[in-house]
Amino acid sequence: MNAPLRRVGVVALVLFGLLFLNLNWVQAYKANAYRTDPHNSRTQLTEYQRQRGQIAVSGGQVIVAQSVATGDELKFQRAYPLGAEYAPFVGYKPVSGLATGVEQAENDFLSGNAPELFADRIKEMFGNKSTGGNILLTIDKKVQDQAYNDVVHNRSGAKNAAAVVLDPSTGAVLGLASTPSYNPTPLVSHDTKTADNAYEQLNADPDKPLLNKATQETFSPGSTMKVIDSAAALATGQYTPQTVIPAGASYTPIPGGTFTMHNAEASTCPDPNITLIQALTVSCNTAFAQLGVKLGSAQIKSMAQAFGFEDDGLSLGRDGHGSGLGVVASHTGDMTDANGQDDPNYVAQSSIGQLNVRMTPMEGALIAATVANDGKQMRPYLVDKAQAPDLTSAYTASPKVLRTPINNQVAGDLQQMMESVVQSGTGTRAKIDGFQVGGKTGTAQNAADDGDHGWFIGFVMKDNRPIAAVAVFLEHAGTGGSGEAARIAGDLMKTVISEKGIK
Amino acid sequence: MTAPTAPATPSTPSAPADPRISTRRNTELALIFAAMVIVLAYSAAVEDALIGRVTARFWLIPALLTLVFVAAHIIVRMLTPYADPAILPCVALLNGLGVAFLRRLDLGEVDTANRAHYGAFAGLGFRQLLWTLVSIVVAAVALAIVRDHRVLSRYAYTLGFVGLVLMMIPAVLPSSLSSINGAKLWIKFGGFFQIQPGEFAKLLLLSFFAYYLVRKREVLSLASRRFLGIDFPRGRDLGPVLVVWVLSLLVLIFEKDLGTALLYFGMFVVTLYIATERVSWLIIGLLLFIGGAFLANELGATVGGPFANFHERVEIWLHPFSDATGAGYQLVQSLLGLGTGGLFGAGPGAGQPGNVPFVNNDFIFAGIGEESGLFGLTALLVVYLIITVRGLRAAIAVRDSFGKLMAGGLAFTLGLQVFVIVGGVTKLIPLTGQTTPFLSAGGSSLMANWLLIGLLLRISDASRRPVNSSPMPPGQPQRLAGMTTEIIR
Repeated sequence: MNAPLRRVGVVALVLFGLLFLNLNWVQAYKANAYRTDPHNSRTQLTEYQRQRGQIAVSGGQVIVAQSVATGDELKFQRAYPLGAEYAPFVGYKPVSGLATGVEQAENDFLSGNAPELFADRIKEMFGNKSTGGNILLTIDKKVQDQAYNDVVHNRSGAKNAAAVVLDPSTGAVLGLASTPSYNPTPLVSHDTKTADNAYEQLNADPDKPLLNKATQETFSPGSTMKVIDSAAALATGQYTPQTVIPAGASYTPIPGGTFTMHNAEASTCPDPNITLIQALTVSCNTAFAQLGVKLGSAQIKSMAQAFGFEDDGLSLGRDGHGSGLGVVASHTGDMTDANGQDDPNYVAQSSIGQLNVRMTPMEGALIAATVANDGKQMRPYLVDKAQAPDLTSAYTASPKVLRTPINNQVAGDLQQMMESVVQSGTGTRAKIDGFQVGGKTGTAQNAADDGDHGWFIGFVMKDNRPIAAVAVFLEHAGTGGSGEAARIAGDLMKTVISEKGIK
Repeated sequence: MTAPTAPATPSTPSAPADPRISTRRNTELALIFAAMVIVLAYSAAVEDALIGRVTARFWLIPALLTLVFVAAHIIVRMLTPYADPAILPCVALLNGLGVAFLRRLDLGEVDTANRAHYGAFAGLGFRQLLWTLVSIVVAAVALAIVRDHRVLSRYAYTLGFVGLVLMMIPAVLPSSLSSINGAKLWIKFGGFFQIQPGEFAKLLLLSFFAYYLVRKREVLSLASRRFLGIDFPRGRDLGPVLVVWVLSLLVLIFEKDLGTALLYFGMFVVTLYIATERVSWLIIGLLLFIGGAFLANELGATVGGPFANFHERVEIWLHPFSDATGAGYQLVQSLLGLGTGGLFGAGPGAGQPGNVPFVNNDFIFAGIGEESGLFGLTALLVVYLIITVRGLRAAIAVRDSFGKLMAGGLAFTLGLQVFVIVGGVTKLIPLTGQTTPFLSAGGSSLMANWLLIGLLLRISDASRRPVNSSPMPPGQPQRLAGMTTEIIR
């Protein structure tokens, strides 16, 4: 019986060998994944030993997130003094589970674990009580207050709405409002049950309060798409604002076909021809549908892409990185038939921002900002500075040209055309005396009984220097939605003007 | 194999004349002290991490443990003087670390401010220490009664029957009296005390297996058909293995416990293999078990009923993170703890083992792993492996077939149990409710495993004892020894 006993010894060795190999897999190969897994509260318990840094706006004067000492095992409680107004982008840092927004994008820096804060960790080893780093955002509190109040109390009664305010020359995000928002306080409760319940409730809400409507959701852009069409036409060199293009009371893309499109009002552009600038001013659907079909889907798509459509890698975080502050891609959608050829019906509808075209409010603001900034699209950013606990700067955002979809000439033409819209067209409610205000309204039809979306994207300039670019979006705002969006945009521009002290 | 004809076959090299050299008891004592120094250092590190300083009383529990194990050593000196000197120190190290870790869990439960004043004679740690003492006393009594392991074969049928009854009791009892966390493995006396009869049943059943196989092994090994170069037994000789297989499946169904089923079945198949030297038994056993587990899983997925629990465990094993806060919580927390520990661990007392449910019991390996890291766990595995291998060495060295089967089965069962629970906790195999021998809190497990070690020491003692100093009372041995020859060909 000794031979089999020896073999049983080998079997035991093999079994223990398997255990050993598996332990290597779990404790060495997968160790880091497990250590940083969102379900792992161990690292969090350690994290709560050190005071997490602050998040501030308005040059560091207004604190929107901070950690307050408690007497518990978790030594600090995260607090958000300004609550829902900032929650859509500041996010929250729960005890267990993933952080969101800036709290997620800058987690390492706020918690003090970033490589830049290595020196602080060394000091900590010698008994110096230390905190995480602080993050300063580009947001201006006055602009943000205005944006949030205006979208929450919009006069169209839209439940879901968003507004974005950018500095066109740098890309800094001055205001970023989304409603409905949420109260982050219960989500960061140290009581797991409270936190879980709050999350479950918000997550189940059909209005998706946890999503930032300005950056994380896309909507039909409606007539704001006509800015892209105009840019595509002007960029060919064969069009100027004064070029006369076909219009009319109605347009049937496929002669004899069943699909016919009309204008918003019978009086909009009944004449068979119209200048390009006038078409944009009155938002002539038939003119832009025909222009789109003539240019072809490829031209439209490539211009949209040049302005930032289809870009799913954009983030408002540091140097354009940082999950938590990502901006979802806007899409132009399919415009071809089964054979891969342009379907005139589809191209016509897509040219006026219907069918499968979807855009984030952020992309709308970027289009306006690019036009105002003479064709140079600046990378939009929210994280302005990262400061070590001793207030030395670890990072300062540097404005960067993200793309240049149009040249100076085309940008100038578009400025002229969009200013005409505000001066004498559909966007007059955004007008500001003494300033060049340009923009484009949008009314996007969607499912049968829901009201149309109201849009306004625009900019304000003085002496040909851009001051602000704004996008306002009111979901299912119904009749007059785009006018209300234009009013809000004008208000926001005025606030930026007064904040910048421009006379 | 060479059929041993008489127990006197000198299978060990002739023992040295001087028993003081051959027993190596002083080595054992030194090793026990070495193990206790490790436990002492561990306890100090725990206090430093959890209290912030080492209190004046940190040595109390390690000192008591040392007393208990030195007492065990003295018992070994008296009752099994020739036993393998490595086994007891290894067990002492595991048992000591188990007590120290349970005390660490106790301290973790107390508020930081009150930890320094936490009594030495309180909590799970001290309870485990008491159980250690009781277990060693029981094992000592058993050693005193069973002066020769072959005596057990005389009562094989009685032992086997009692084992069977013990194994079945929890299955028959209503869940309120037998079920803890979904596994019906217990007999509960009121709300405060419970025993796990299966822990003892495995020892009793093994005695029976060993006896039965010694009697039948010629038949089982000789009558066979050759297929694919492997000798397969005749159909009717498959009877016993099929009976045990069905029994294991019943355990799986009614006690909802894969671990125990795997343990019984593995124990039987391995002893069958040792007895017959036929690899075919291992293959048949493996196929039967895989087939049974597969069938139970499929039935659990489709029919549900008694198989649902098993199917659920398989699902958790395959996708623990798909329901990380619900069904998969235990395993996920275990893996996260182990992963956080990494190579070196957080250090004794510096982890968060409290995050893993049942860390004092089934999941103790995960808790220790978080704080001691891959290196610590590897060391523990090596200690278990040493006990297993030393047990198998005793089996090889002992002269009688019954002893060989008994020691081989005991040693392998211990190793297999470690494999089943550690494999479950680390997601190598589906998780089952087994205790980690000598580490987990719980009296039944500790006592049964100390009895197992007692038996191993008894057989080891017999295997290393010089031939001329037989401990057998006159009159008994020849009749017992003759049993291997009454084989029906």
